[in-house]
Amino acid sequence: MEPVKTINSQVLPIAMKDIDTDLIIPAQYLTSISRGGYGENLFRRLKDGDPNFAFNQPKYKGAQILVADDNFGCGSSREHAVWALRDAGIKAVISKSFADIFYNNSAKNGLLLVTLPAEVIDRILVEAAAAEVYVVNVDLAGQYIQLPGDERHCFTFDDFRKYCLLNGLDDIEYIRSYEQDVQAFRAKQQSYFQPVLA
Amino acid sequence: MTVKSPQTKDALSGKKTTARNIVEKIWESHVVRQNEGHPALFAIDLMLVHEVTSAQAFQEIEKRGINVADPTRVIATIDHSIPTRQNRTEIYDEAARAQVEALRNNCKRHGIRLLDFDGGQGIVHVVGPELGLTQPGMTIVCGDSHTSTHGAFGALAFGVGTSEVAHVLATGCLLQQSPKSMLVEFRGRFRKGVFAKDAVLKLIAELGIGGATGHVIEYTGESVRAMSMEERMTVCNMSIECGARAGLIAPDATTYAYLNGKEHAPTDENWDKAVAYWNSIQSDPGAPYDKRVIIDLDELRPMITWGTNPGQGAQLTETAGAGAAVADAGRDRALQYVKLENGQPLLGVAVDWAFVGSCTNGRIEDLRIAAQVLAGQKVHERVTFYVVPGSESVRTQAIAEGLDKVFENAGAQFRMPGCSLCLAMNDDKVPEGLRCISSSNRNFVGRQGPGSITHLASPATVAASAVAGCITSPESYFAK
Repeated sequence: MEPVKTINSQVLPIAMKDIDTDLIIPAQYLTSISRGGYGENLFRRLKDGDPNFAFNQPKYKGAQILVADDNFGCGSSREHAVWALRDAGIKAVISKSFADIFYNNSAKNGLLLVTLPAEVIDRILVEAAAAEVYVVNVDLAGQYIQLPGDERHCFTFDDFRKYCLLNGLDDIEYIRSYEQDVQAFRAKQQSYFQPVLA
Repeated sequence: MTVKSPQTKDALSGKKTTARNIVEKIWESHVVRQNEGHPALFAIDLMLVHEVTSAQAFQEIEKRGINVADPTRVIATIDHSIPTRQNRTEIYDEAARAQVEALRNNCKRHGIRLLDFDGGQGIVHVVGPELGLTQPGMTIVCGDSHTSTHGAFGALAFGVGTSEVAHVLATGCLLQQSPKSMLVEFRGRFRKGVFAKDAVLKLIAELGIGGATGHVIEYTGESVRAMSMEERMTVCNMSIECGARAGLIAPDATTYAYLNGKEHAPTDENWDKAVAYWNSIQSDPGAPYDKRVIIDLDELRPMITWGTNPGQGAQLTETAGAGAAVADAGRDRALQYVKLENGQPLLGVAVDWAFVGSCTNGRIEDLRIAAQVLAGQKVHERVTFYVVPGSESVRTQAIAEGLDKVFENAGAQFRMPGCSLCLAMNDDKVPEGLRCISSSNRNFVGRQGPGSITHLASPATVAASAVAGCITSPESYFAK
């Protein structure tokens, strides 16, 4: 995984709550067995249905930061939603809150999720939609976001996930480094609980 | 984020206690290691695998030269992308065929049991319980958000992404933050014609689709105790639709009666040992929870969704837009998509398609209820009605009971097992602009096909509406 440090980019605003993973990438595009190629169909239904949808507007071309309203990424567990966002060049999503599974999936793919207070999000959504250029800087190490006009907002972030993102580490090697603990646990567990397929 | 300290205070009473709830007990019994300031190293007892969210996980571990840590803790089936026509073994869609082939190869290579066509195939959350693989006190994951279904047995079961599928394949473990707990009490008893699906749709309408984010729900109440395992699975299945990480129901005599004799259930003295263990994971009296919710069932009428998420629901007797905030942009956008006016009565809205099936309501009891409504009736001429059993075993049982004849005589199609119309990633799709009343779990924009409109309801409401050709209450069919 590539390390994530700072992201400086135009903001692409989507002023919608409850953006579900079916909306991010419809199920019909999930039959591929690769991790790549999903970006083209990111938000396919909104892209096709609304010429003014942010991803159809030239001013947001190349934007790496998506800002949305509340409860982003709810619904299905499909990691394809994260792969599609990353494939389309999105490196950070800023929202009032995120669904649990989407949150976990993002951390595994270097997609930075930032939660900010409702009033800040509401203002970014309005200002980024109105302005031709609205560039924001997200600094993970410093845990702050810098809006135009040097306005700064701090955000909270899980220390462990921050360490992993900054260093491009993933979970598998971490877990494997405790293989002995896992074996000891399984041995103890067997006294009351056998694997059902054994 | 720091690790949550052991909880001692209840959300409602504020009282301090050492009593623990079932979520904490299962959680604590699976923490392998807890490093300060890190997520827990958390053991997974069983992983269910299907074709859509696993190929990239197998690629990941193979790329790293890692074998599957324990193939006896993994089982696979095919369900999402397969056709449900009679001659289903030939998959016409090239990508779907490749996906199924990839799973077959991966299972073969890694020694994982695959429930293939005519080999016990079915929807992943239907076959696990049928085989007795889902047991109380276990931790279960699958690359599928409806894994919460297995919570009906008192297991801690939750959906994960493909990267985490790879982690479990490689290590049998995940890195997890401890969840918060929420107690949902269903008070009172169901009226006739009102079912588990209606109760959970009511809960989601009350909480909203993000209302339980970060929490594992324990469902309690006399109506929950009175529920069959099928009904409990319907309730737990939909937990994710209010954002919950999982939902579960403490095991009891109903759970044990269902499990006893199943293929993978313990036998003889192991059974007695298991039951003693399962009884020990019950929530202690006075156990604290982070949040408590009470839903009254006594007056509840059948529920239906009117919008484009499962939280946008109301009783059949209410109107489109009911329960949403005034001037809510999400409500207006949803109503525009589903072609309903705010305040329009839901009863009488014409439907074109009907679907009984899915991991929510594709079990034998759901088919029996649909058949009870359809017996001696004809599906409205405008309506295409798919009845899709959740597994080969559900299908066999339905045929043994003559339900297939009931469906066919009524003009419904009794199809082969799979996810089918729930998510439009196989051959089954609701055509653009048409309206489907569906026993599935999501009514997101385009969920059942591009431009399709979905109303979620119980199998009884689906069947009654398919007969009438419009949204109709099933209550008269069940009033004795």
